[in-house]
Amino acid sequence: MNQQLEQADRDDVLANALEWKEAGKSVALATVIQTWGSAPRPTGSQLAVDDSGNMVGSVSGGCVEGAVIQEALALMPEGGHKTLEFGVSNDEAWEVGLACGGKIRVYVEALN
Amino acid sequence: MDVTLLKELQQARLDKRQVVLATNLTNGSNNLLYPFENKNKTPILDEARTALNTDKPREIETEDGTLFLNIFNPPLRLFVVGAVHIAQKLAPIAAAAAYDVTVIDPRRSFGSEFRFPGINLDDRWPDEALAELAPDRRSAIVTLTHDAKLDDPALEAALNTDVFYIGALGSNRTNAKRHQRLDKKGFTAGDMERIHGPVGLDIGAQSPAEIAISIMAEMTATLRGKDLP
Repeated sequence: MNQQLEQADRDDVLANALEWKEAGKSVALATVIQTWGSAPRPTGSQLAVDDSGNMVGSVSGGCVEGAVIQEALALMPEGGHKTLEFGVSNDEAWEVGLACGGKIRVYVEALN
Repeated sequence: MDVTLLKELQQARLDKRQVVLATNLTNGSNNLLYPFENKNKTPILDEARTALNTDKPREIETEDGTLFLNIFNPPLRLFVVGAVHIAQKLAPIAAAAAYDVTVIDPRRSFGSEFRFPGINLDDRWPDEALAELAPDRRSAIVTLTHDAKLDDPALEAALNTDVFYIGALGSNRTNAKRHQRLDKKGFTAGDMERIHGPVGLDIGAQSPAEIAISIMAEMTATLRGKDLP
C-alpha cells in the first residue's frame, strides 16, 4: 500500500517541478487556462516538463502533451512565457489537436 | 515563475492553506494570494475568494493585464469509521483520488499500522475524534463498523456538519433500524436522506475492494453533483 501512496505522490506536478529545479534541471510549467466544449482536463490542470523531456501531470488526455513539451523545451534556454491554443483536430495524421472536439488554451512558463 | 515563489506555493499546499496563484498572462509575473487570511476587500481578492469557494480557477481583466487565478484548496478529506477490511481497500483508493484519509477506530487490533501503512489512524471514539477533526463541506464520512455503538455516534456527529457525503455500510434492514434509532434522537427525515445507505453504487460489488470502488464512485458522483438513478 505504501507503494500505491507513493505512486499517488508521483503525479504531484509542483512537487516534481521543484525537485527537478533543485536538482539543477531546466523546468517549465504548463497550465490549462481556458477550455471550450468537451475539453479533457479542466481549467487549472498542470503539467511540468524538465529539459530531458520528463513530464508529470497533464493538460489533456494525452492529445496535445507532445506539442506542449516541444514548446516548453523551446522556452527553457531563454526563459519567459507563451500562450498556446489547441482546437478540434482534423483527420490528418500527426496533426496536433483534441480528438474529443474541444478547444483549450495552455499557458507555458519557464521556471527561473 | 520564480522558483522561490514555487517553493512558497508548495509549502502553503503542505500547510493546507487556501492559496491562489495569480499569473499575469500579459507580462508573465506571478504572485500568491491568501484571500481568506487577508481581510482586505479588493476586486482581485474577491475574485480569488470566489474561485476558491467554487473550486474553479478564473481569468480576470485588470489594469495591469489579464490575470489567471489558479486555485490550490487543501485536499478533500475522507473520514472512515471502522478500520475493517473494506477500509483497507477504501483508504488507498481514496488517497489515489487525492483525498486526505483518516481511519477512525478505537479498537487497536483493527486500526493498526500493520493493516493501514501510511494512512492517518485515530484511535479515539468516533464522536470525540470527529469533534476535533472538524469535518466541513469539503469532507466525506463513511461508517463501516456494522456496530451501532461506533457507527451511530459518527453519523450523529456527521449530521451536525455540512459534509458533502455521508455513507453508512449495512443492508436495507440495518439501515431501517438505524433510521429508527436516529429518529428517536430527534433527527429528521431530511437528515436521514443525507445518509447514503446501503452505501455505494449498486454495481454488484462483492469483495472488499469492489465495495470500496462502489463507495468511491458514489462519493465522486455526489461531489460532482451528478444525479444518480
